[in-house]
Amino acid sequence: MELFWYIAIGIVLTVFFVLDGYDFGAGIIHLFFAKTEKDKEVITKSAGLFWDSNEVWLVAAGGMLFMAFPTFYASVFSGFYLPLIIVLWLIIFRAIGLEFRGQFKYDMWKAIWDKSFGLSSLLLALFFGIALGNIVRGVNLGSVENGVSVHEEHYFFLPLWNSSFSPLTDHPGVIDWFTIIIGVIAVVTLAIHGANWIILKTNSSINLKLKGVIFKLNIVLAVLTVFSLYVWQLVNPTSLDNFIHKPYLMVFPIIYLIGVIGLFFIKKIKKDSHAFMLSTLIIVGGITSSLASLFPVILPSINNVNGHLTIYNTSASTYGLSVAMIWGIIGFSLLLVYFIVQKILTAGKIDHMDYGH
Amino acid sequence: MEDMLFYDRLQFAFTITFHYIFPQLTMGLSLMIVYFKGKFLKTKIEKYNNAAKFFMKIFAINFTMGVVTGIPMEFQFGTNWAKFSELTGGIIGQTLAMEGMFSFFLESSFLALFIFGEKLMGQKLHFLTGFLVFLGSWASGWFILATNAWMQHPVGYEILDNGKYVLENFSALFTNPWLLPAFLHNQMASVVTSAFVMASIGAFYILRDKHSEYGHLFLKTGVIFGLISSVLVAFPTGDWNAKNVAKYQPGTFAAMEGIFETEEAGAEIVLIGQPNMVEKKLDNKIAVPNILSFLTYQEWHRQIPGMDQFKKEDLPDNIPALYYSYHIMVGLGTIFIAVMALALFFLWRKKLYTIKSLLWTIMFLVPFPYIANITGWYTAELGRQPYLVYGLLRTSDGVSPTVSSGNTLFTLLGFVALYLLLGLLFLILVGKTINEGPTPKPH
Ligand code: HDD
Ligand code: HEM
Ligand code: HEM
Repeated sequence: MELFWYIAIGIVLTVFFVLDGYDFGAGIIHLFFAKTEKDKEVITKSAGLFWDSNEVWLVAAGGMLFMAFPTFYASVFSGFYLPLIIVLWLIIFRAIGLEFRGQFKYDMWKAIWDKSFGLSSLLLALFFGIALGNIVRGVNLGSVENGVSVHEEHYFFLPLWNSSFSPLTDHPGVIDWFTIIIGVIAVVTLAIHGANWIILKTNSSINLKLKGVIFKLNIVLAVLTVFSLYVWQLVNPTSLDNFIHKPYLMVFPIIYLIGVIGLFFIKKIKKDSHAFMLSTLIIVGGITSSLASLFPVILPSINNVNGHLTIYNTSASTYGLSVAMIWGIIGFSLLLVYFIVQKILTAGKIDHMDYGH
Repeated sequence: MEDMLFYDRLQFAFTITFHYIFPQLTMGLSLMIVYFKGKFLKTKIEKYNNAAKFFMKIFAINFTMGVVTGIPMEFQFGTNWAKFSELTGGIIGQTLAMEGMFSFFLESSFLALFIFGEKLMGQKLHFLTGFLVFLGSWASGWFILATNAWMQHPVGYEILDNGKYVLENFSALFTNPWLLPAFLHNQMASVVTSAFVMASIGAFYILRDKHSEYGHLFLKTGVIFGLISSVLVAFPTGDWNAKNVAKYQPGTFAAMEGIFETEEAGAEIVLIGQPNMVEKKLDNKIAVPNILSFLTYQEWHRQIPGMDQFKKEDLPDNIPALYYSYHIMVGLGTIFIAVMALALFFLWRKKLYTIKSLLWTIMFLVPFPYIANITGWYTAELGRQPYLVYGLLRTSDGVSPTVSSGNTLFTLLGFVALYLLLGLLFLILVGKTINEGPTPKPH
């Protein structure tokens, strides 16, 4: 049962990053590359039509975590209190940037909301990467000081940073040099993904240029990935054990690799949707590899007084999880129907769809 | 510790109050938009379609605000109320996760299509997407009220040795006797809000002598929906809720009705009076004997326990606020029925569009359904105190153990600043939409 919900939530979260990922990415591209009003408008539209239905995946993942792993939900949400609230504020700025830009025709009004959309997309991508970095690094569960827990063993609180910015101390902050690296990887990945989305869905004038951008970003991504594997070893020496003991888990990193390697041929790929698939593979591979390296742990403890949080010691009752499985399957099927209907109705380039109020 | 609880409660109250400004219009307005759209399908009169599209624009702005203020609500259970989430997540997580699965997905998948896809889909499909949005928003109300109903009147649970609440009976969550009355009352109240908003815009157009064809339509529709929903809010649904409170939360009932001492021969109903917590009595009271006993139990001389029958630590901790909230809600409800009945009478006599004073009244009545809705929730939430889960889990035992009051104060101030900005933008944008009016622009 725990495993079912672990996988279900994993899928929902991955879908969230694939879907909302392209509109975060569109925001990043918008911030740096959109110069003409026409491009700005069309890129805003390519995100604006979909951000709401994409963000629901995050809301659903939150609700499911609450239901299936309440102890984990309580521990992580209170422990990462400040960054989470900042993420909420950024989500608000991004959404109103997208929705309110077209309401007035004044240049200054539009410029404000363009920045609001672009900057908050960038920062959100960074923060989501940092969050992933924190999870794989682990936290000081129970806040152990001098060998004793000062809180219950599954609670903690992280400051935004500590002055050393090092992940190797007993009390790391949310932001340290390791999590920043993961954050930058997330930004680069989503920028690539967003660029692919723009090329796929719009006729903007920068589409050709964006292919070059993707190529360069992909080089950065490849270098950072190799580097991050090295530092991850330093931060969490057991990070590769799962892959050694269960070699079939290697499919996840391989998915990631296919995506990265494939994108080096971006200029040769004829169909835009194939390029988009490749960046989707990078995201899927990246998230699943991180989860697989921890499994069944979902939040490692960096002290040796309190144990890791796993899917087994944080879950709700078996009865609750099994009734939820029944409605969960019904819900997922409905969801699939909505999703297909929505995609059929919005297929093709979106330049000609109505947008703005 | 005391501070911590105080800021957590303040932050929750502030953010939920702000959130609830938007969904009440979403839920009510989606019904009325579907009504206009359906009327258009049947009559093929363009006016109804334009009306539907006009309210869709307001709906879209309102919806965005609802979504961006709703996401913080869901996260706040974990950030500020971690202990509560840990202990009860196995139960209220069910209804909250179902809300995401069955209603938010439905709503948001079809909303963009409904707003931008009229040309793409043709009229019948467009009506259908509108209907699905309506269904999604009402389902969302249903699940969130199921969550709240469990906190007000817990059912179908078992408490383990480690203090955790686990689900014992899933269907009990939805057959909870608290749920149906609360849901119907709440949904009717949201129709009240949207009907008043619509009538107010209509009155504004008529008074300004602009878009008056639509002014008449909006006013008429608003008044009819407004009267029906105002009556339904009071009776049977409001009455039904009051009986539930008397039955399941007798201490709360005494506090909200302002009964300090038990009267042997049947309880009086208080119309006006100020609770005096020092002398434990109501000042300047105007009351009618025995009516409360009758309304609650249909027996004139039935005894109703007063606050003297309960231990202080089991009674709500802010009795005056509870008492005033309740009386403001009920008082406003009575006024709504009166105003709308009067308006309907003049509508029937074909005089409504010329009576300036009544039009001005209707136009300026708009904030009051919002106030009634919010005080209604304050009645429910303050009445549930000092418990998070009534009778079982105290509010002070639910807060996050590791988040200090300084952090909560910081984020509270952040939310206040951000929400002020949001509120301002919302008013500007809705004002602009109303000013442009429902007549389609020539292309
Ligand atoms: C337009 C708004 C509005 C109006 C006019 C009324 N209500 Fe109400 N009331 C609500 C909006 C509301 C609400 C916001 O929808 C609440 C909050 C929780 C809920 O389920 O509905 C509510 C709750 C609520 C409760 C439950 C309190 C609790 O849970 O402890 C009672 C007993 C009443 N109402 C009774 C009434 C009566 C007798 C009314 C007579 C006119 C009335 N309400 C008018
Ligand atoms: C939308 C309408 C609602 C309003 C206006 C509202 C209002 C409030 C207020 C004023 C408080 C603070 C109580 C106090 O300080 O004593 C509060 C607390 C709380 N409410 Fe609500 N509430 C609403 C809906 C809900 C719903 C639907 C839920 C559950 C799903 C809920 C759960 C809570 C929780 C967990 C607290 C915190 C603990 C407490 O102080 O009681 N509320 N709410
Ligand atoms: C503590 C309680 C609450 C939580 C956690 C909560 C959560 C949320 C969330 C996450 C959203 C955004 C959904 C999306 O992304 O589409 C939302 C919107 C919504 N909520 Fe709430 N909510 C609460 C209280 C309420 C109450 C009391 C009602 C009504 C009875 C309500 C009705 C709605 C509706 C209809 C929407 C969608 C439309 C709109 O936002 O305007 N919510 N809520």
